[in-house]
Amino acid sequence: MKSNKFIKLLSAPYIIWAIAFIIIPLIMVFYYGLTDKTGAFTIANVTSIAKPEHFKSLYLALLLALISTVICMLLAYPLALILSGMKTKNDHLIVFIFILPMWMNFLLRTMAWQTLLENDGVINNILSFLHLPTLHIINTPAAIVFGMIYNFLPFMILPLYNVISKIDVNVLNAARDLGANPAQTLFRVILPLSVPGIISGITMVFVPSLTTFVVSEMLGGSKILLIGNVIEQEFTQNSNWNLGSGLSIVLMIFIIISMVITTVYDKEGEGNAL
Amino acid sequence: MTKILKRIYAGLILLFLYAPMFTLIVLSFNASKSRAKWGGFTLNWYHKLFHDRAMMQVVLTTLMIALISSVVACIIGTVAALAMDKMNAITRNTLMGVTNIPMLNADIVTGISLMLLFLFFRFKFGFTTILLSHITFNIPYVILSVMPRIKKMNPSNYEAALDLGATPIYAFFKVVLPDIWPGVLSGFLMAFTMSLDDFIITHFTKGAGVDTLSTKIYAQVKKGISPEMYALSTLIFISVLVLLILINTLPSGNKKDEKVVKKA
Repeated sequence: MKSNKFIKLLSAPYIIWAIAFIIIPLIMVFYYGLTDKTGAFTIANVTSIAKPEHFKSLYLALLLALISTVICMLLAYPLALILSGMKTKNDHLIVFIFILPMWMNFLLRTMAWQTLLENDGVINNILSFLHLPTLHIINTPAAIVFGMIYNFLPFMILPLYNVISKIDVNVLNAARDLGANPAQTLFRVILPLSVPGIISGITMVFVPSLTTFVVSEMLGGSKILLIGNVIEQEFTQNSNWNLGSGLSIVLMIFIIISMVITTVYDKEGEGNAL
Repeated sequence: MTKILKRIYAGLILLFLYAPMFTLIVLSFNASKSRAKWGGFTLNWYHKLFHDRAMMQVVLTTLMIALISSVVACIIGTVAALAMDKMNAITRNTLMGVTNIPMLNADIVTGISLMLLFLFFRFKFGFTTILLSHITFNIPYVILSVMPRIKKMNPSNYEAALDLGATPIYAFFKVVLPDIWPGVLSGFLMAFTMSLDDFIITHFTKGAGVDTLSTKIYAQVKKGISPEMYALSTLIFISVLVLLILINTLPSGNKKDEKVVKKA
């Protein structure tokens, strides 16, 4: 028992660290977000989200994040089905191949897409060589959505694959024995069973898409501002930490909402890729 | 027929995922400075890269931060995970909840919260602030990868060591640590890659004059990318590949934990 007490004491460094670098910083965000430059209490920083320029960037971020999440899901679901259907010995390796790009530096990957998508970039060179119409999507919201899908697609593939590959084959066989055709099996058996993975995937794509400022900066040509860009500029360019913190509080509300939805639907942690 | 269609679909997604990698690799050997034209094969950019002092300094800073932050995170995290295992459920769950905050919160919020902390307490922004931030977001990865190993450990081994006269410290190094080592190692590798890859949190906590690779790339993107960067990214891609093959071939506590990945 004495040794147990000693062991518990060992958590002290981490507890101190967590208080100093996780809890206090979060309190700081709320402190700055709810005060003005003189230190007086105000909710003006938070409510300034209603200002047209801020609201527009939040709306655009929500919209683009939503579009990317839906497209990611439509792309990843069939893939997860295909991958879990491949009953190979090395299924670990297959998943590994699909999530490997995720470890490549995020900025390098996005930079590469910039190169590929440019008006005189690689893709357009190939297209014009084949006498096909060229793409002009760089510096448009479409390019941002493209970048979001590219960067966050693995976050959707992984949880979907995790739940679908765990579905008992006997359940699928039972459905077939009871006369369900493949479409019915998909929509009435596999789909409901994969809800935890879907929810988890949605959060893992939606939150980073909603909060990004890098993708929009690099592929949107710094003219299209998402809420992440606005917050980033308040901190690094305008040095208006109070306003930046206030807008971050708004952003956190959206993050918390999606976290709550995830925990409610994903109680068993089945689709958990975290 | 459907099998072929399935393969084509999977292949197209793979092409989509790997296209940027191939682009960077091809461009790193491109003699022409233009991103759109192929000017013949060259190793010139690699040569220039290794003679670029400033760039090498950036690589060194990045590696130092990744190495120090993951070692410190491993020590604090492993010790904390051992202690958490002995705590009652309420304390443990509270601490786990706090541990999850940096993983679940958006990086931009984590970044600005640390920036505000450093501003408020008048830290000098630079290497130290980046390092402290990286340790902070690395500890959760270590805890989450060591935890399952500790749960699987047989507590009798440690008790037997104590009964046989070992001091707790001796028993820890001779009995406990070898048992949880794979978890610590995969936690270390994960923390290391997370640190290498991080941009957002570094962006908010770095000072002028100190750059990691990510922040350097970000700065270059605005001004125009030098082809040396393509060479460097190719080298990074190869290193990451080797690192990941290492992680995936190492025996780990739980196959599922290896998927402890979250990076945006």
